Amino acid sequence: MIVLIGVSMLIFAIARVIPGDPARIALGPNATAEQVADLREKLHLNAPVVVQYGIFLRDLFHGDLGQSLYTNRAVTTDIAQFLPATLELVFVSGFMMIVLGLPLGVLSARYRGRWIDTAIRLVSLLGVSAPSFVWAVIFMLLFAFYLPIFPIAGQISDTIKLPAVTGFVMIDALIAGNLAAFFDALRHIILPAFSLALAGIGQAARLTRSSMVETYEKPFIEMARSYGFMESRIASHFALRPSLIPSLTVIGLDFAALLANAFLVEQVFAWPGLSRYGVQVILRKDLNAIVGTVLVISAMFLIVNIVVDLLIAFINPRIRLSQRPA
Amino acid sequence: MRRALFILLRNPLSLIGIILVAVVVLSALSADFLTPFPADRGAAVHFELANQPPDWPHIFGTDLVGRDLFSRIIFAYRISLFLGVVVLAIAVPVGVTIGLVAGYFGGWIEFLLMRITDVFLSIPPLVLAMSIMGVLAPTLTNGMLAVTAMWWPWYTRLVYNLARSEKEEGYVLAAEIIGASKPHILFREILPNCVPAILTKMTLDMGFVILIVSSLSFLGLGVQPPTPDLGSMVAEGAGYMPDSWWLTVFPGLAILFAVFGFNLLGDALRELLGVEQ
Repeated sequence: MIVLIGVSMLIFAIARVIPGDPARIALGPNATAEQVADLREKLHLNAPVVVQYGIFLRDLFHGDLGQSLYTNRAVTTDIAQFLPATLELVFVSGFMMIVLGLPLGVLSARYRGRWIDTAIRLVSLLGVSAPSFVWAVIFMLLFAFYLPIFPIAGQISDTIKLPAVTGFVMIDALIAGNLAAFFDALRHIILPAFSLALAGIGQAARLTRSSMVETYEKPFIEMARSYGFMESRIASHFALRPSLIPSLTVIGLDFAALLANAFLVEQVFAWPGLSRYGVQVILRKDLNAIVGTVLVISAMFLIVNIVVDLLIAFINPRIRLSQRPA
Repeated sequence: MRRALFILLRNPLSLIGIILVAVVVLSALSADFLTPFPADRGAAVHFELANQPPDWPHIFGTDLVGRDLFSRIIFAYRISLFLGVVVLAIAVPVGVTIGLVAGYFGGWIEFLLMRITDVFLSIPPLVLAMSIMGVLAPTLTNGMLAVTAMWWPWYTRLVYNLARSEKEEGYVLAAEIIGASKPHILFREILPNCVPAILTKMTLDMGFVILIVSSLSFLGLGVQPPTPDLGSMVAEGAGYMPDSWWLTVFPGLAILFAVFGFNLLGDALRELLGVEQ
């Protein structure tokens, strides 16, 4: 909570050091001095900074992030329109990160020193070594142009019309009972989500491997072996669980990277998410919209980290069984 | 020292890392002599050569106004490395000092400093840099400022955790008893024990600074044309796929090449210095 207040202050501070008059920028060079003065009054730009921050906080608690000077709509409306597409991408990507990254790390640790370990380590290192937009461009070239397996861009084919219920296209398709639309959306999301996830997959695999290698040297693994448990069961039941804790922490942190890198991947695949909006408002110095976008992204990131902390508390018996609230 | 070198050279992955980093650094330093068309680093225009596929003498092809892509990539390395060095030269001392102070003194100092660090850590780095870049004019200096602003908290966190466990060690107590000054304890006693971890992270971070800077300029918020930059080259070429594939593929692979090298080297250092992740 303290952190969230701090975040709001920091973002507010960044937004207020803009050189130049935001009212003037918003109205354009042809506006009269009177119009500019009016808008300054309306935006409370003449008030002291502390008062401005107070007004900002008050509006924030009323769910009001102000008007975007770029779209002339409430910032919350804009964000509500663009956020679901970004979230859909980030969630699919996060899902890939977990279901691919963790098992790869487990495999790598189990076959430590063998060729499969070397291969996985090399691939995960390559994954973290290029920004997501480079992977996006390369995958697009390979799997959309040369081998046209996946569509080139967009979230869903233009011909398909869906009623917007949740704003999440794939969920909307399921609600509408339109399986064709669902699979169409699925095909559209695979390339962007995978390019976005690759760095996280590499990171998760590397970390899972190193913590599992450490766990494998603990006495209780030897005990399990001497009891005659199968190697696969030792890997999945005994060695994995304590290793999950650092991996989950990193996945939580990587979620931040996903949210930010979604900006890059969305640009490549013309994904209708927050990216274009975010970049546009930054280029146009649209105060309220910048503050709103950064605040929403940070809040999402904090929520994910709280969820991760709770999950860790659940997995770690030392926390789960202690009286102290986690 | 000789033993360390031997260990580094024995592992093929470390060896590859050293070679990649050496190639990147040396080519960036000697860009003026090495590149076939050093004049193409700036706003040169040769429309008669525009958009040529890779061929001799333009081994990576030419861009939309006919500049040699290979020369521009090498000069882009120079700028990326320069940015990386400057960012780390500012962010590491700042972050390390704050981390040492917070970890050693504890109490309300720790609370205050670490909450501020948490605030910076809870905004996704790229988004933080983007908003700073957006607010200021997108120039090279502001780019460094933005990336530095998001980089120091990671060192604070790293050193904070190390300092907190180090201060329980006997040697710190001994220094306190003989009445060593606080700065002496912080920088001469505790800091040397944190150096392996800091050094490893710095090597890895050279790669990640290159990555973040290229991401910013990919969005048009970083290094501005005509200064060559790997990220903006990819962005510029992305609209001309698949026909002019070389415009995006070579700058993209150049990023991969450099960052991969720093990552391999960082991993090797980590193993050599016995740093835990």
